[in-house]
Amino acid sequence: MKIVNTSVRKVDGVGVVTGNPAYTEDLILNNNVLTIKLLRSPHAFAKIKAIDTSIALKVPGVEAIFTHNDVPETRFTLAGQSFPEPSPYDRRILDEYVRYVGDPVAIIAAEDERAAEKAMKLIKVQYDILEPILDFEKSIDSHILIHPEEVHTNFEIGYERKRNIASKAYSEKPGVEEGFVKSDIILERTYYTQPQIHAMMETYRSYSYFDVNGRLTTVSSTQIPFHVRRHLARALELPTSKLRVIKPRVGGGFGGKQTAVCEIYSAFVTLKTGKPSKIIYNRKETHTCTTTRHEMRLDVKIGSDLEGNIKAIDINVLSNAGAYGEHAPTVTSLVSYKTFPLYDTVPMRFNANIVYSNTMNAGAFRGYGATQGTFAVESIINELAHKLNLDPTEIRMKNLVEPGEGKYITSGDIKKCIEIGKEKFNWIEKSQVREVAPNKVRAAGMAVTMQGSGIGGIDTAAATIKLGDRGDFSLMVGVTDMGQGCDTVLTQIAAEVLDVPMDKISIHSADTDLSPYDPGAYASSGTYVTGNAVIIAANKMREEILKGASKMFNTNINEIEYLGNNLKIGNNLISLEDFAQRSISFEGMNQITTTGTWGGETSPPPFIAGFAEVEVDTLTGEVEVIDYLSVVDCGTPINPNLVQVQVEGGAAQGIGLALLEDIKYDKKGKPISDSLMQYKIPSRLDCKNIRVEISNSYEKTGPFGAKSVGEVVINTPAPAIADAVYNATKVRVRKLPITSEKVLLGMFDL
Amino acid sequence: MFSFSKFFLASSLEEAYTELLKNKKNIILGGTSYLRMGNTPWNTGIDLSNLNLNYISETEEFINIGAMTTFRQLETNILLKDFFGDIFNVALRDIIGVQFRSNVTVGATVFSKYGFSDLIPVLLSLDAKVKLFNGGILSLEDFLNEQNIRKDILVEILIPKKYCKTSFQCVRKSKTDYSIINLAICNFNNKITIAVGSRPGKAMLAKKTMAILNLSENIEKEIVNAMKHIGDEIPLDSNMRGSKSYRELLLSALLRKGIQEVLN
Amino acid sequence: MLLTTTINGRKKEILIKDDDYLLDVLRKEGYLSVKRGCDTGACGLCTILLNGSPILSCSTLAARAHGKQISTIENFPKEAKTFASYMTAEGAEQCGFCSPGFTLTVIAMTKELQDPTDDEIMHYLNGNLCRCSGYISQLRAIRNFMEEIKNENC
Repeated sequence: MKIVNTSVRKVDGVGVVTGNPAYTEDLILNNNVLTIKLLRSPHAFAKIKAIDTSIALKVPGVEAIFTHNDVPETRFTLAGQSFPEPSPYDRRILDEYVRYVGDPVAIIAAEDERAAEKAMKLIKVQYDILEPILDFEKSIDSHILIHPEEVHTNFEIGYERKRNIASKAYSEKPGVEEGFVKSDIILERTYYTQPQIHAMMETYRSYSYFDVNGRLTTVSSTQIPFHVRRHLARALELPTSKLRVIKPRVGGGFGGKQTAVCEIYSAFVTLKTGKPSKIIYNRKETHTCTTTRHEMRLDVKIGSDLEGNIKAIDINVLSNAGAYGEHAPTVTSLVSYKTFPLYDTVPMRFNANIVYSNTMNAGAFRGYGATQGTFAVESIINELAHKLNLDPTEIRMKNLVEPGEGKYITSGDIKKCIEIGKEKFNWIEKSQVREVAPNKVRAAGMAVTMQGSGIGGIDTAAATIKLGDRGDFSLMVGVTDMGQGCDTVLTQIAAEVLDVPMDKISIHSADTDLSPYDPGAYASSGTYVTGNAVIIAANKMREEILKGASKMFNTNINEIEYLGNNLKIGNNLISLEDFAQRSISFEGMNQITTTGTWGGETSPPPFIAGFAEVEVDTLTGEVEVIDYLSVVDCGTPINPNLVQVQVEGGAAQGIGLALLEDIKYDKKGKPISDSLMQYKIPSRLDCKNIRVEISNSYEKTGPFGAKSVGEVVINTPAPAIADAVYNATKVRVRKLPITSEKVLLGMFDL
Repeated sequence: MFSFSKFFLASSLEEAYTELLKNKKNIILGGTSYLRMGNTPWNTGIDLSNLNLNYISETEEFINIGAMTTFRQLETNILLKDFFGDIFNVALRDIIGVQFRSNVTVGATVFSKYGFSDLIPVLLSLDAKVKLFNGGILSLEDFLNEQNIRKDILVEILIPKKYCKTSFQCVRKSKTDYSIINLAICNFNNKITIAVGSRPGKAMLAKKTMAILNLSENIEKEIVNAMKHIGDEIPLDSNMRGSKSYRELLLSALLRKGIQEVLN
Repeated sequence: MLLTTTINGRKKEILIKDDDYLLDVLRKEGYLSVKRGCDTGACGLCTILLNGSPILSCSTLAARAHGKQISTIENFPKEAKTFASYMTAEGAEQCGFCSPGFTLTVIAMTKELQDPTDDEIMHYLNGNLCRCSGYISQLRAIRNFMEEIKNENC
């Protein structure tokens, strides 16, 4: 391996750091583009009785205003999932019901923002204000029905509209009841995880126009261009052949842009007016009218013998889908999918209801349910360890999976991650409670986790490589780089197989007209799934070049050697540049283009053992993370630097989840964490010491042995920090985030 | 959306004041960081940028801080540090970031009497005065106690010159957040002044607690007593950053930390 | 009103509305490196230098730039490229949307602070949020960048 497993610079790095235009809004060339603003509901639940737009339409510069009377009847989902999506088709572009504070009521298109804002104030809406369900724990079988209309689901997902249940999930490893019978000790605990906001730096935005061929083109900051096109086709009742979606550079996603949050509005306005239009969500809309991490209540029961051999785990989940059901069944399922295999010999049962409520809707968010499951399962295992007077690392060594042939997990080693972490973190010393100054106590906690690499048996990705006329390669993929670096990683993989320097390869992503199909960047699939497709395409390219050369030079293919920049034909060297030129010319009439398509049967998990040292101020309850170490096993790191920064960034986001981030609503259901002032994400000073160790392994189904790393990184901070805080203070916070208030009030309650 | 129709660059305070009185929708522009978060359509925005109100200077009795002085200047100023120690730096350096603090002005913050302010308690603890163009000089405390926002221009802040020991205490949810509660304490020749802000209401002096400490022969021995009393005199409330009961616990905890700091 | 200002060394006359903010004006004029990340002055993405000091263009009225010098990152091609090489060497740039404003603040910091400690660096840059990187890789890049500047000055 020459290029793979080295920390090459990102292909687009210098360009973005020095400010080259690259993002959706930078690419709007038309000066007459309409600006779209959405009038949003001030009520958590209401039926629109009447809307009068006549005065608003008179504002100079207003082009059009659309209400639910103007949009197609068709209902759809905006979830970024392969067809047929396991999410209910429960929304329209605009509906006569508004189901959360911020649900769109009218679409205003105007020549500029000022005119749109002015018109917005002049739209008169009469609402029939309905009693909302703001507490998701009161949703099931409430007298309030959030979706009174008929809703289509593609297949059985446990949808029970009349009970406000958006879906159900269940899974079981047999032996749970017997396990509890055999247990010497049983703990039952309830944990809560909060809805988290993605808070990517580039807010949601899209830009639509008709191209010269009359095709409706949408440029969008999205993780899922192909799914967006399919959703637009359904929502706008247009054939996909009339639609094109282009994804330029994306300024962060974290799963937020795995839901088609805003594209329907610009596409609809352009369709209706014939004019180019843009919609750029402001920060407030981004924080209050998009999607969040699913809020969950997790009731967990664990049984064990006195030596810490876990006999059974039972998990009951109530998950908040919010107003619409995007990603409802799948996110919550990952509570079990990403905890069951980790403790593979322990009987486990999981039962979940995912319910509607009149809050902002939930969706995909890095970790995708594994985060919530990890918090609950790892927390109760830590609690069990304390009850049994066992070191948290010891109880895990007794119960964690041993990988092996024929098992669900065949490669990687979570126990090795723990061993490495114990040494590098200095666990023995740091896990001791110490008073380092008056009223300042330090202690440590740990947790483990796994994720997947792509969605086994469902998602497939393709990659196309073209040999250019001067011997350079174009690599075309539909996976979307949102900062994580898949453009670079895939270029590395292609360069490795094609045996050429990386600058011989240009990567293009993504355009539904030009890119081969890819579900998009989600489910930790970029390196693993699309990476494998790139390998296939690149190997085919080598074969096709050899075939082409064989024909051109009338030489047996076995006598031609592919050397990357050159071909060796007998004793002669011919440069690839020369060959390519001749191949595409009249002489060869051979444009070599190859495509690889790949989907995994399995979803091999990356692992992390996370270790947190905290310092608690016992006078104020303030918690500071002094040291955070993630030991990650992601197979072969294709680019160790990018792995490291993914892990560091995920830990920071996890620290935010653990300590700071929380959406607050007022009594009427209006979110008040509506800015980066009120919803605080970690700043530089909140993430002083995050460290990473890579534990090497080799996943034989992965590209060059690689697994994923993008999501697994966020799961361990919350349970590790919660246990560190417990060790320091004896206060067990089971409801995230672990605020200084909860810690201090907890200390007074002891 | 915050907006105004006319930008008026004043060439004198008189001119600015006359313009201000012309229309109740006319407004003096400070750093415009907070103003822009509002939703009010204003008539004329009056800019004081050309009036040389950006200074920190000293006279015989006072340190004078011009209304257009930014937080960043306060935080890095040597004169303030000489007299009052690190309190300006400690109180201000965690507010968002350098760029934000280069925008935010002293005058707009004090005139607006923001409850969440970290600066106002500091000024209050240092016995600062405000100079208004029309209203003249009055104590910051009296100014804060006025319920109405005056139709006037804050010209400068005056802080009596005294070499004192100071402490700023606060708890923030994240390092750059608004304070859940904050305290500024000044010890000048064993006379303690305590100001409490982010209650979440606007800042006030803890006079009874100050009296307990200042009437005592040995301040250190009275700390526990003071911690008990301060909660009775300072009204606290809940908001999205913290509950009333948490603020009560923090208030006495921070008082203890702060007093210890100004005694050592 | 007519705004007379200097942007990246070039004198400009731009017709603006009285209550336009600098960020909107600059983007409209094609200075696309200046990004908007929030509406409350909390993220630092829109940082520009006004007479050499970093300010938030989202919170600064364009009218106040009258007669002043505005610099966006394009005004520092050499420094930006050098810093970019250290950022990319760490993989620290990630989504890149915060990078121009952040880089400009770093450049301003190197002009303002002599030999800062890590703590001083973190405080100076605390107004530049990043959701991707966790900040540690950026600190590594800054340390290396500062080292090069120090060596150049020796």
